[in-house]
Amino acid sequence: MKIKAVPAILAVLATATVLVWAMRPDKAIAVLFVSKDYLLEMISILPPVLILCGLFDAWVPRRTIEQLMGDASGIKGTSIAFLLGTVAMGPLYAAFPIGKSLLDKGASLYNVAVFLCVWASIKIPMILFEVKFLGAEFALLRLALTIPAILVISALLRIFRMNTPRIQCYR
Amino acid sequence: MAFAAVIWGVAGVSLILSWAKSREKTREALRFFWRAFLSLAPSIVAIIWTIGFILTFLPSGFVLNTIGRNAGIMGVVIAAAFGSIFLIPAFIAFPLAASFLRQGADVRAIAAFVTTLVMVGVLTAPLEVKFFGKRFTLWRNTLSFVMALVIAFVMGEVLR
Repeated sequence: MKIKAVPAILAVLATATVLVWAMRPDKAIAVLFVSKDYLLEMISILPPVLILCGLFDAWVPRRTIEQLMGDASGIKGTSIAFLLGTVAMGPLYAAFPIGKSLLDKGASLYNVAVFLCVWASIKIPMILFEVKFLGAEFALLRLALTIPAILVISALLRIFRMNTPRIQCYR
Repeated sequence: MAFAAVIWGVAGVSLILSWAKSREKTREALRFFWRAFLSLAPSIVAIIWTIGFILTFLPSGFVLNTIGRNAGIMGVVIAAAFGSIFLIPAFIAFPLAASFLRQGADVRAIAAFVTTLVMVGVLTAPLEVKFFGKRFTLWRNTLSFVMALVIAFVMGEVLR
């Protein structure tokens, strides 16, 4: 997203909210009410994640991450990516800065892709919740299929050489 | 929320330790934090606000209802498409999905919906592009979409 696109989108959203407010005040309140929960989630997760990314950036030497999760790290690196993705909670967008920091410090693209996909789809509390509502058979079968799917997706991303450009994303 | 408390605690303790060891590096870390937060927050607010509109005018119940009624392969693809656009928390999505399964919805459609819901993010794609570039974002999401369909059809065969 171009930097200038965001203020434009926010302006459109604000205008739309005001228009909805004029016609159906209850709907406008509903929009803001639904957004509020997500906003609380953002405020409670994003700042500490970014503080940890900042500390990671300042303290952890590039060599360490290259060795742990770089191209030559093999199954160990992938296991670390997998564990990192599983233990953390929070929305996918919180995983982007972490994945980017890992990539900048020399983690392989394959491992970062595994980390992102695992963060998105495999969480222990979420699995328990799925078992409760959709049944153990459904949840565990889906999990058993998701793990190889993530490895295939990440391997294909590597084969296609989806080298990410060195993006300066914070400015 | 328990996780939020833990991660705030970890971040706080790490900051104190870092400050004790090197003021300069800690300032560097805080500058990183502040720059990143200021550049991310507006995009995320825009995403969240959009979700507010989508969930208000296209309630998740209606969506799952559509998925439940559209049987067949097209139904599964439509379910996967809905899952890609929506960002519904699991505590709303799973109970609803369960109630539609009980009413006889296609297992494949529900599996496709739940899988793309978490793996594919159309709304978060602009942010993903910002971090990892267009090519990576396009391919990660496309491959995840295709894999979600594969998972759904395999589950349909096994759970039949």
